[in-house]
This record gives sequence, C-alpha cells and structure tokens, in this order.
Amino acid sequence: MSLAESVTERLHRTGTANALELRGVSKMFGALAALTDITLTVRPGERRAVLGSNGAGKTTLFNCVTGDFPATTGTISFFGEDVTAFPAHERIRRGLRRTYQISLLFSGLSVLDNIYLACCGVSRSRFSFLRPRRDDALMASAERLLAVVHLEDARDTLVSALSYGQQRQLEIAMALAGAPRFILFDEPAAGLSPTERRDLIEILQGLPGHMGFIIIEHDMDVALRVSESVTMMHNGRIFKEGKPAEIEDDEEVQALYLGDGHG
Amino acid sequence: MAVSDPTRGFERAPDRVETGIRAPVQIWVLGLVLLTMPAFASDFVIFQIMGWTFILGMIALSLTFLAGYGGMVSLVQMSVAAMAGYMVAIFGESAIETISQGWPWYVAIPLALIVAMIFGTLSGWLAVRTEGIYTIMITLALASAFFYFTRQNYVIFNGFTGFNGVLPPALFGVDWRGPQAFYYLTLFWAVVCYLAVLYVSRAPFGLALQGVRDNARRMAALGFNVTAHRVAAYTVSALIAGIGGILLTWQSAQISPGTAGIGPVIDILVIAVIGGMRHPIGPFIGAFIYVLLKTFALDALVAVGLSGERFQLLIGLGFLLIVFFSPDGILGLWQKLRESGQRDPLRDGGEGPR
Repeated sequence: MSLAESVTERLHRTGTANALELRGVSKMFGALAALTDITLTVRPGERRAVLGSNGAGKTTLFNCVTGDFPATTGTISFFGEDVTAFPAHERIRRGLRRTYQISLLFSGLSVLDNIYLACCGVSRSRFSFLRPRRDDALMASAERLLAVVHLEDARDTLVSALSYGQQRQLEIAMALAGAPRFILFDEPAAGLSPTERRDLIEILQGLPGHMGFIIIEHDMDVALRVSESVTMMHNGRIFKEGKPAEIEDDEEVQALYLGDGHG
Repeated sequence: MAVSDPTRGFERAPDRVETGIRAPVQIWVLGLVLLTMPAFASDFVIFQIMGWTFILGMIALSLTFLAGYGGMVSLVQMSVAAMAGYMVAIFGESAIETISQGWPWYVAIPLALIVAMIFGTLSGWLAVRTEGIYTIMITLALASAFFYFTRQNYVIFNGFTGFNGVLPPALFGVDWRGPQAFYYLTLFWAVVCYLAVLYVSRAPFGLALQGVRDNARRMAALGFNVTAHRVAAYTVSALIAGIGGILLTWQSAQISPGTAGIGPVIDILVIAVIGGMRHPIGPFIGAFIYVLLKTFALDALVAVGLSGERFQLLIGLGFLLIVFFSPDGILGLWQKLRESGQRDPLRDGGEGPR
C-alpha cells in the first residue's frame, strides 16, 4: 500500500513538476558575473536550444545545473526536487546527464569501457570488486548504447585512437547511460563533418519522447531542427525566449547573434 | 611535484606491460623458480632476501594501488603496515605480557587487519581532500605523528622498545617462522595480493579508480562519488599493507617505532618508484632490488675499501639513476628496451642524431 502510494506520489510529482526549474540563479567568479539572475523552466520531455555568443554564459549555466560548479545564488530544482545543495553525483543519480563541449573521456580506456563506466556510475555496482561476467546486465546495456551511436566497430579501440567525431558520439553514448530523464548537450555538433552532423540530428531526434534536453549549439541548422523552444543568452542573462521561428526572425537576435557584418 | 609525476598520465600502460609479462613461458619459469627455490637456495636467501622482498613488495604494492591506479601518493602505507603489526602483538601474544592480551590468532589477526583498515581509511579521509604534493605532505605528517606517538606511548605501544617475541601461530603443527615455511607463507600472500590488485583493476571499482585518477570531474558527472571512491581505495590498500605488516612483524619477531620511522616510510615510496607503478609486479621488482642493495651494499663498499655505513648512498644513487633514466622505474626501462629492440632501423634511423 505504502509502496503504491509512493509511486503515485512520485508520478504525481514528476507529472506536474517541471523537469528543470531555475530561480534567480547567479554565478560569480570573483567580481565577474558569469550568470546573472537566470530564471528558466523546462517541462518534462521538452527540447530546448540555448543560443548565444561566446562568453554568454551557456556552459556556465550547464555547470551550475549539474553541480560541476555550485551556483552563487538562486535555487535549482529537478523534477520538483530542490537539488541546489546536491553534489554533482547526486544530481546525476537522479537522472540528469550532460556532455562536455571539449570531450572529457578516459583516453586510456577502450570505447566499451568508457560506456561501461558510465553505466556503473548510475547503478549500484559502482563499488563492485567483481569483474563483469559475460552476461552482465550493465555490459549488455553498454553494448546497446554502442549501437545507438554507431560505434560498434570501435568497441575495443582505445579512446585516444578515436577520431574527433567518434569521440563526440562516445560523449553522447555516455550521457545516455542508465535511465536519463533530462540531458544537457554542450555543443555536440562542434567540429563534426556534415555526415556526422546528420547522424547526430538523427540520434537526437530518435531519443524517446519523455527524454527532454537542452542543447547548446552554434549551428542554427542543428539547433533549430532538434528543438521546439529556444532561449537566447547574452552577457550572462536570458535575452529572449520563444519558438525557433520567432527567434530566427527576431531582428534584435539577428543583430546580436549574426553581428553587424552579416546584417 | 617531481615525486608525483611518475604516477600521472601513464593512461592504460598497465595492460601493455601486462601482455608482455603474461607471456606464458616467462611466467611458468618464474613460477617454477619461485616454487622450488627452497630446494636449492640457502635459508638466508629464502628467509631474509626473498621473504623480505615479498613483504616489502606487498607494502609497496598497496602504494602502487593508490598511486598507480588512483593517482594518490600516500606515505602512510608503512605506518598502516606497522599498525597491523602492533595490533597483532597487542591482541595476540608477545614477550611483553603486561600489554599483550594473548587472544587466539583467529581473533587477533582479523582484529589487527580491521584496525589497520580503519587507520588507513581515516588517513585517506584526511588526505583525499588534497592533491599532488599536498597529499604527500599530509600523509608524511600522519606517518611522523604515528612514529612519534608509538615512541612516546608506553601504555599501548610500549614506547621505544615496542614488542618482541611476536611469533606466528603454530598452525597445522608447522613452525611458520622456519625459513621454508615462512618463505611459502610470504610467497602465498604476495601472490594473492598481486592477483587481487590485477583482478580489481578491471572490475568496476578499479576502472572507476583509474577514471578518478584521469578525470575526477568527469567521474562525478557520471554519478560517481569521487571522495568516497578515493577513501575506499585507501581502505583496500590498507588491507594489503596490513597483511604485509603482520608478516613483517613475524619475520623479525618484533615491532618497534623504528619499523615505521621516516626512513622506512620513504623507502616504500622508493621501492614503488624503482619498480614502476604501471603494473602490480613493479613493487616486487623494486623490493627485490632494494633488499639486495640493503643486504649487500655494505659488504660491497667494505670490499672496495669504503666505509660500510655509506650503503644508503648506494641506494640513493641507484634510485637517482633509475628515476633519471626511466621515470616509470624498471618496468618503464624494460618497456623501452623492448620497444627499441623491435624498432625498424630503416624506418627510424633518420629521425635524429645517434
């Protein structure tokens, strides 16, 4: 009875709560304000693009959400739970995931081991002293993720020997480990070839519908094709929010984003 | 920083060396030699040289586990080993009957290992908040605190004299301190510790430890509690050091503050670095060289007409030479030789001055 209650309670909570809710989040680096008073809500399953020039605070926003750096002020809640004071690993265990702009991978390990580590991190066997057996469930899910990002052929390759594009794909596979509820993609398409970009868009569009994400992307073509709403940032503040089409046509945004030279 | 450098950035080297050492012929020959050694070697060699090599190798292995796989250079490992030795003397039997409790071995030994693991865990809990040179400093401070505490505390640690008459239990009617029995006892535990480290390095815990070494921030973003993982590594390494410490106490039948003095504490680091931290075999190679130098340097110096007291100079010089030519120790040197042997002279000849 109590179990059923807690499940419905939780469903209720996750059903109505926003996936991500930031209230008055600021981040100071000494006297430098990297983020100022960010208030942002993202519904479960929503796909949001964050645009903005270099130094607009997009990656800092991600770092505050995941807890890589704690926010200086403000509150962050994840599916209705206040996670502001949580360390990064506690937020990840609740279903938050991220990728890094500059691939942060374990270059001395194989591709499969990287994904396997990601699967271990969000499971109970992260402290296991036993090597995975042939029928290990985590290893099986690692193999499945390998297929999702088309890296089957590089299964046992050391990460240091991967091409740049493959490393980006591996980043995504690691973010999909476990049961993610919401993912932050930090410029996943940067430096990819046109073919790899097509693959990336396919992967992002193919994610299950309940899996919302925020994507930081300079490539408008990628950003606008995979997202249903756009947040525009400038100098650490939210500058504009709206549907992709609105943002694309907005004159202020065009002036800011494309610069005068393109005007 | 130079001290901690050898542990950084060797990435996945462990496996490359592993494939080399796992060559069946070599391992069979080594295994056969080690198993049959008591048949042809003198008691002095098997008890003093080999027994001591296995023991120091185990204690240095506990450092290799922390430093090589976890990127944490801890100088407290010898103190943890000595703690286990002290506890066996205190809970079990020794000549100091006023302090020793005289409990049976199956109580005293597990208790000693548990106390050593608690000591190691607490040390780790303090040390993991720091990085690089600061980890070395804080663990060195802990090691010297342990040394001075044991020397000044007479109620529990019996001060300067420590404990003598600490003997292994006569299990199965065997005198385990007899040269042959002790040789096999230390060999057995050295092999167990070696294989355990090798095994765990590919299990989730070991993989994650290497992940923490290479990129702690990323590990947190995968859901790992980096601090807890590091502290747990200290606990595991304390178990290995503790086994070594108990055997060390049995070998000399005594334990005193000098066992974990600043000299021996640094020696463990020297052994681990000389051998190489790429692979768990490294500390045993390092320990073998160290024991040989420590045992014969004195005679060698006297033979060429120098004062025998300067044997530490030889050890220091050997350490300097190895670190100078190969920051990865003997294992790194061996790797280099293998690679240069396989090099194609036509292709690589023109690269630079010979």
